[in-house]
Formats: sequence, C-alpha cells, structure tokens
Amino acid sequence: MSGGRAKTQSGETGGWEPVIGLEVHCELKTQTKLFCSCRNAFGDPPNTNICPVCLGLPGSLPVLNIRAVEYAMRIGLALHCEIRPSVFHRKNYFYPDMPKDYQVSQYDAPINVEGWLELPDDSRVRIERAHMEEDTGKTSHIGGGGRIHDADHSLVDYNRAGVPLVEIVSKPDIRSSGQARLYASELRGILVATGASDGRMEEGSMRVDANVSVRPAGTFELGTRCEIKNLNSLRSLGRAIEYEIERQVGLLEAGDKVIQQTRHWNEDEGVTVALRSKEEAFDYRYFPEPDLVPVVPDAGWQSEVAASLGPMPAERRDKLAALFGPEPVGRAVADQIATVVEHGLDGLVTAAAGAGIDPGRVLARTANEAAAEPEAARRVDVAAFIALMRMEQEGKLSATQTKTVLGELLEHGGDPAEIARRRGLEALDTGSLSVVVAETIAAHPEEWQRFVDGEEKLMGFFTGHVMRATAGQADGKAVAAELIRLRG
Amino acid sequence: MTGLGGPGAPGAPSGRPGPALDIARAVRAGSVSALETVERYLGAIEEVDGELHAFVSVLHESARREAGAVDAKVAGGDDPGPLAGVPVAVKDNMCTRGIPTTCSSRILEGWCPPYDATVVQRLRAAGAIVIGKTNLDEFAMGSSTENSAFGVTRNPHDPGRVPGGSSGGSAVAVAAGMAPLALGSDTGGSIRQPAALCGVVGMKPTYGTVSRYGLVAFASSLDQIGPLTTTVTESAVVFDVIGGQDPLDSTCLERPVPRTVTALDEGVEGLRVGVVRELVEGVDAGVGGAVAAAAEALAGAGANVEEVSVPELRHGLPAYYIVAPAEASSNLSRYDGVRYGLRVEADTAEAMNAATRAAGFGPEVKRRILLGTYALSAGYYEAYYGQAQKVRTLIIDALAAAYQRFDVLVGATTPTTAFAIGAKVDDPWAMYLSDVCTVPSNLAGHPAISIPFGSDGSGLPIGVQVLAPALGEPVMFQVAAVVESEAPVLAPPRVHAP
Repeated sequence: MSGGRAKTQSGETGGWEPVIGLEVHCELKTQTKLFCSCRNAFGDPPNTNICPVCLGLPGSLPVLNIRAVEYAMRIGLALHCEIRPSVFHRKNYFYPDMPKDYQVSQYDAPINVEGWLELPDDSRVRIERAHMEEDTGKTSHIGGGGRIHDADHSLVDYNRAGVPLVEIVSKPDIRSSGQARLYASELRGILVATGASDGRMEEGSMRVDANVSVRPAGTFELGTRCEIKNLNSLRSLGRAIEYEIERQVGLLEAGDKVIQQTRHWNEDEGVTVALRSKEEAFDYRYFPEPDLVPVVPDAGWQSEVAASLGPMPAERRDKLAALFGPEPVGRAVADQIATVVEHGLDGLVTAAAGAGIDPGRVLARTANEAAAEPEAARRVDVAAFIALMRMEQEGKLSATQTKTVLGELLEHGGDPAEIARRRGLEALDTGSLSVVVAETIAAHPEEWQRFVDGEEKLMGFFTGHVMRATAGQADGKAVAAELIRLRG
Repeated sequence: MTGLGGPGAPGAPSGRPGPALDIARAVRAGSVSALETVERYLGAIEEVDGELHAFVSVLHESARREAGAVDAKVAGGDDPGPLAGVPVAVKDNMCTRGIPTTCSSRILEGWCPPYDATVVQRLRAAGAIVIGKTNLDEFAMGSSTENSAFGVTRNPHDPGRVPGGSSGGSAVAVAAGMAPLALGSDTGGSIRQPAALCGVVGMKPTYGTVSRYGLVAFASSLDQIGPLTTTVTESAVVFDVIGGQDPLDSTCLERPVPRTVTALDEGVEGLRVGVVRELVEGVDAGVGGAVAAAAEALAGAGANVEEVSVPELRHGLPAYYIVAPAEASSNLSRYDGVRYGLRVEADTAEAMNAATRAAGFGPEVKRRILLGTYALSAGYYEAYYGQAQKVRTLIIDALAAAYQRFDVLVGATTPTTAFAIGAKVDDPWAMYLSDVCTVPSNLAGHPAISIPFGSDGSGLPIGVQVLAPALGEPVMFQVAAVVESEAPVLAPPRVHAP
C-alpha cells in the first residue's frame, strides 16, 4: 500500500490523480503459429516446434493463419471494437530471441479499433486498439549477472517465436490500482469467454504492461508517464501501480520531474527500476511488411465470427444474479457469482436452479467447492451434479457429506447416490441428532451453562463436538437449530 | 490452353528451340541419357569456368544422382517432364536443400538450407537437374557481379569485362555453354541486365507469378525469379514450369498464371508497340541503334510502332534506390550471428551482432543497409520511403496510361554494353545507373524480357527490352519471339565450352 495516503473512490491520492492505461498481450490458443504450421504449445522441450519460417531462415516467407485472424476478430467484437481492413508492419530491432530481428506486428492499421470494456463496478474503460502480432522466442541468460549484458552465455528457445498475439491497448481511463486489477481480471474473463486465449498470467499467455502517470487532481493535462513491465500476476500489477504512483507523487512533491521511461517491476523488492528512457528508446523503423497482403475481413466473415461468440462474463453474471430476483444481490453472492463465471461454471448453476435446486445452495457449492477443481467441474456430468444437490436439499446428505461426495464425483464421476451408499454416508435423522446433541451437552455442563448465559461463540464448540461425534453426518445448520431449541 | 501437354511437348512451341529444349527432346525420346548430358556439362564447366568463374559450387554428385532418376523414369516409361535431363544453373540466392546457399556472402558461407526453394522443386519435378549454384553480387546487390565475396565473374565475350549483375553467374553459365538454362532473380534488372551484357535471353515475370519461397530476400516487394536462356522459346517454357500460385508465398497472385508457349508463333501483325523515349535517350549509340533496328523489324512484321514518352520513368531509379535498400535493411537484419552463418565472438550479444555483421557483409551491402536504415528512420520516413512509394504509384499509373495505347513497350535493357572490370566499383552512382532502364518494371511489378540484338563496334552483345503490363507475358513473349527472329546473328563468345 502506498504510504497510508488517503484514497477516494476515484483513485485520487493526496491531491494527485493517477492516470493509468494498460497494454495487454494475450497469446491466442490456435493450433498452429501465426505464420507457419508449427504447433503452438506451451511447455514443450526447447526448439521442438520450429521450422524455416518461424526461425526466419533465409528465403522463408510468412503465411497468415486465418484462424488467428478470426480469434483476433472475436476479441475485437467482444470489446465492442470496429473491425477494419488491416496491414502488417515490420518493427525492426535486434534481439537474439527474435529470429528475423524484426517483429511482424500491426502499426497504423490495426484490425480492431475503438471499443470499450465495462467493469463490474460499472465503470467503463475505452479500448484504443486490439492488434495482431507475432510473439518472440524466449531467452535464458545463464551465469554472470543473469541479464543479457552480463550473463556468461544465453540460450534461446524459439518454440514461442511466431505464436500469435493480440495486444489490447486501453485508453488512459483507469484511475486506481484497484480499477486496473478489475480491468485486467474482467479482460481475462472476456478472453477466455471468446475462446481465443486462456488468459494465464503465470504462464505468460496474458502479459500486462501499465502506463502510469499522475496529475494534480482536478486538472486535465496528462503527466509524464512511465511504462511498467514484468507484471506477472494481478497482485504484482496492483502493487507495481501503487509503488509507481507513490514514486511519481514523491518526485513531483519534491519539485523533481518524472522522466518518461520504461521501468521493470522487481517483485521481490517491491520496486520499479528504470530500464531505458525515451531518449534511449529504439527507432523501430516501421514499414509495411512486403511479404504479406492486407487483411480485409468482409461483412459476411465479421457476422459469422460475431455469431460464433457466446455470452460475455458481464451478461453471464447478470443471468446468475437474476436467479436471486430483481433486486441487486449482496456482496457475498456477487463474489460467488464472479467466481463461478470466472471459472466457466455458470452452466452448472443455471441447470441446477432450473431443476428446482435453491440457487443460493448450488451457487455456494459451485463457487466454494466445484471452482476449486475448475477443470474437473467443467467436465462433470450435470445430471449427477443436480442429483447430488437435490440429495443435500432434501436432507439426505449433510453439507459435509455433500462435499465429500462432490469431491469424488469431480475426481472419478459416477452416481452420487451410489457414492454415498458405498461410503456409508447418510444424513442423521432428526431423532438421532437430538440424542447426540443431548449427550454432548451432558458431557460439557459448564460450557452449556455459559452458552445458556449468552456466550454465543460456544455455539461453534458444541457444533464441532457434534460433528466429530457423528463423523460429519450431522448437518451443521440442524445442529445449530437443535442447540437453540434446547437453550430455549 | 494446351500448355506443355500437347503432342511432342516440349518441342511443340515454334521458334528456335535452343539447347535446353533439344536436350529435353532427346532425353525424352531416349536418344541421349540425362547422365550423359550432365557429364557433358560438368565437363564444360571444368573446361571454361576456371577462367570465367560463373559457379560458386558445382554439384557433381547430386546432379549425377538426379540424372539417374530421370533416366530411370525414361526407362520405366514414365513421363520425365518437359525439361527432362536439362541441367540448370541456379543463382546462389535460391535455397537448395543440403547444398550450400551463400548469396556470395561471407556471412552465409557454408550455410546449407534445410529446404528447397519452390522454383527448384518445380524445375526438378519437370525433369531438370540442378548442376550448380552461380555467383552473384552479394545478396544480389550490384550490377556487375564484382560485389561477390568469392571473386569476380567474367564476361565470356571479353573476360576483361563484367558480365553484368547481379545474376552474372547465371548469365555467363548460359552464354558460355556451361548450362543450357539458368535461374536468376531480378530486383531492379538483375536478370535482364546481365542477360543483355552476355548475349542471352533474360526474363523478369510479373510480380506474384513465380513463388519467392526459398529466394533469399533482397527487396521483397521487387524481387522476382526468372529464367536466363538461349532462346525466347526456352524462356517461355521455363516460365510456364516455375510460374503458378504457391501456398507458401502470400504475395503470389491467386489468379492462374497465363501459359505462354502457345503464344509464341502468333506474330505481331496489328499489335501496337510503343518505343519508350526514356528507355532509349542517353544510351550508347550502338544500343540505341539496336533498339531502333528492332522497332523497325517489328514494324516490318506488321506491328504499329510509335514513339511514346513516359517521363515518370525518369524518377524510377531514385525511387528504386530508396525502396530496395529500405527493404533490404530489414531483410538482412537476421544475419546476426545467433542462429546460422558466420559468428564473430565478442563479450556481449550486441557486440557479437556488430562484429559478425562488420566482418560478414561486403561494402556494397553495408552501404545499402545504411541507406535503407536512414530512409526508414523516424523523421525521414515520409520524405524518403513514403515519397518513393508515391513515385512508385506514379510510375504504375503512367505505365497504365501507356498501355491504354500500346500492347507492349520496347526500349534498351542497359545504357551501355559490358564495361571493364573495376571501371565503376569506386563510383556507386555510375554503377546504379546501369539499372535505369530496368527498374521501372520492378517498381510496377510488370513483366519484361531482354532479347539479344546484335553487338556494338567491339563485338559486345546488346539487349533489347520488351515490357508488358501485369500478366502480359503471352503478348510479351509473342513480340520477343519476333525480335529474336529478326535479330542480327551474334558471334559466339570468345570463351565458350567446346
């Protein structure tokens, strides 16, 4: 956090207003690379998915992957962009992990322009462009200082070279680190929903750079910005922006100037450090890539792609919230809804609710238990899941037992009733539960007196004892109800 | 169109068949084996290339192996293809699998591509045999084949003179009888200019009709592969073999490439021929005289010949020398010592890049990289590259207007005949002027062909150029065949295989 400065909703901090724009690179999950038929895969042995084209061997030529164009269009359409005839350019600079020593990218004629993204807090961030480009290889610097200038030697893996990317550039509409995180997270949800990318920041399939500047609150002129790189998680995105705002405000309040530069986020030390300033910036010598022809998606293709898009996260969240009636849902339910949609499990909730399961119950089970195993949950047999929810709803299984059965259902599949039977799981009937509760009270008279006298936290003490005594067969809510009944 | 499929193909086309088609006919008929043919040409190379240095590598083993495969096909009764058993010399900027492809540069010395260029595949599929790789100006940058890291190639008509360039090795291989046909690449005249200076036929196809896959790029928007041959007929046959869409080259035209061999004997009766003032003014008297004689011959054969002025062509050379180096500066970035070719070790990656490029590139390549880098730099882009692209559009429009009135245009291929070795190496601008008549076709993406048309007072060959609009190859060959048939007989080169 930034030195305890008071923050307002707008992100204003001590008389300064942060202005933030994000550049998000996402890898498209096409089967093959952008300009050749090499496999687009993460984690394969180094330099196994390479060919003359993605190695940039002399004489090789690129051929555009139409599926990548389609994915880029999906992203553009999901972000309400206009799709335009686009041209690839060459961005020229030397770097060992770039086989041709230029990157094929889109420059002044990107495929997607002028869209917007609405965040769950109802704020809207405008999208400047979402263009296509090729990824570079990956360099590992070995020995020495571990950076390109001081390593003993470097190894390059070109598997990633030529992997299709879409770079989504926002307008500087973001005003706080929280909003930046929200934007990145919402964007990730959209990328996943389009099927164009898996949006994994840890694996680098989604990479976020932040442009940060500050200006006196209430003014409109933009301050000098710094671009922050190496943000590998939502958490580091938030931390780096906080740090950078504080650093820039510190400079300005001390009468210094912010220098326009690219800065590297050091996760361990929690600081940004200068990489290069504007004066040292590369002259990329962009010019139209003569080996490719312009991409001109016609109206028919555009509407075909638009029709292939499913609902986006915001719409899906609204649909889940509607299960709870017309009034806005509370914070807890909203969080559960967000989790369920983020993991693509909303289908389970709507199906179960449609089959008569209480929406709150199925939402909780899905957000808390199923979402912990999202891959398995997306594959689970929906009918079996609904059957399990019904068993819990009808009191045939306690909450704890339901979770146990759900765990096995996710892992191995099967019939929930059969799983419960095999594991000897059935909820205690009310009579048996009363007996166990009575025995527990009898065994702890002192605690019971204190509970009767109003020490509410002892509810947990008794519930815990009953749960242990019944090996989880008791339903927590039923135990609580019985304790309150006995207290009178 | 019947193309090459007709009876007796490839002998079907009329006009002078030439050595390549003679060989193909004999090999197909079984009267000569491909292996005998290969041995004969390997002998010819052995005989004269010591003096001329057209080849940077001669492929004894693989050529014999390929010849064996052709002979087996003939023996087995299979169709060995229209170029059965024809040895072909390939400019050393086209990739040949497992065979060094150097671009006559130290930076690629010893580099063996893991794949064949599309044109090489297509030639082999047609029965041709790659007999060697020919010398060029480094990365095709030059007009004399003097800018080769592996030595100068000499003109067989006068070994004290240059063969032209950059496809000088290919032109000399054909002119001196070391190969019946050759492939070159033409970015600003690199096929037509050496063809003219060596007395052979050199043709640059419409941009996008011949795949560039496997051609090591000089200037991608201008480069095009084409044949160097003894006759116009052979040129048309090779164009028909190597042309056509290639899924590996996105700039290949999607429409079918017109077949040309069937157009050769149609004559020029009623065709409208424009003699372009800008392609004859200022050229040597001998060259100008040859163009005039060719025009007269066309008129005599029934064409309507008129003079035409296309003043925009005068801007071609400066525009070319912006666009080509700009693209080259980017295309040649990849020679950085990281993945293949030369590496000069240094303390850091950046220093290694710089040291490798400093040692690996020759002075002309460096000059063009510098020119191109400058032309693309922030603040200069519009004034140079942007402006050059506008000139390009201007030239395309001006030629389009000319083709409203004419079916083809004719002019000189080169302002002079072959010049002495060393005469222009210290004066780049004088050297660049060698391309003044040829660059417009590259800037416009149009086809053009140089046909030998007699010689100057010193017995040096002269080329006459026929230009056509995009995809105008059939009419271009049609006119070229008449020019060829009317051309004065050229004395055989002083240095020639027996």
